[in-house]
Amino acid sequence: MPEYVIDREIDARGSACPGPLMELIRALKASEVGQVVAVLSSDQGSKVDIPDWVAKAGHKLLAAEEEEDGATRFVVQKAR
Amino acid sequence: MTETTAAAVAEQEPRAAAPEPAGKQKMSIILYSGTVDELTAASILATGGAAMDMEVNIFLTFWALLAMKKGAWQDPEQMKVSAEFAEYAPMMMEAVQQNKVKPWIELLREAKEIGDVNVYACGMTMDLFGLKLEDLEDIVTGVQGVTGFVGDARDSAITLFI
Repeated sequence: MPEYVIDREIDARGSACPGPLMELIRALKASEVGQVVAVLSSDQGSKVDIPDWVAKAGHKLLAAEEEEDGATRFVVQKAR
Repeated sequence: MTETTAAAVAEQEPRAAAPEPAGKQKMSIILYSGTVDELTAASILATGGAAMDMEVNIFLTFWALLAMKKGAWQDPEQMKVSAEFAEYAPMMMEAVQQNKVKPWIELLREAKEIGDVNVYACGMTMDLFGLKLEDLEDIVTGVQGVTGFVGDARDSAITLFI
């Protein structure tokens, strides 16, 4: 059972890198510190790029869940 | 040497560390190529820089400047792919068509949206092709000369020629 509430989720499946990362960045920009954004991504580049960016940008990666269709749901909390 | 001098030398404070550089790290891109594949690569790199909170300065010159003329990016006559890889052009264009890869100009627009990206037109090239700022897409911020570019590039963490 996840202990977080997703404030905003973006389905970026089918979008090519850097699409999903851009969607995540935009959504975080529009969010308050502490809010949680999730992005669904299906491309190989984003799989490594998103966690890497989250770490470098100083936010919290709450989860990276595999979906049935092979996509990944990245759940990120805006930390600053 | 007297004892006091030696003692004074021994007690000398270490030099203060150089102050930390303030502000963002910079990325400079000389964008020279006008082919869709290379413009796309440049736009993605600019996006990466913007995503990592860098100040990205793009200097458009020669063929990249021509590609930045209003409407050129969607004019099939003006869309080119590097000659050596011409056989891949149809595959690439299809990927863009199917929206799998966004057009390079849109990627650049998005990069500007999420971060600090400046696009400057090379004044010399503008004169060469008889162009004015109004002839270019609105993502072009202004005109710059080689001095302006080098001034920024010399303390950029990353400088690229595309």
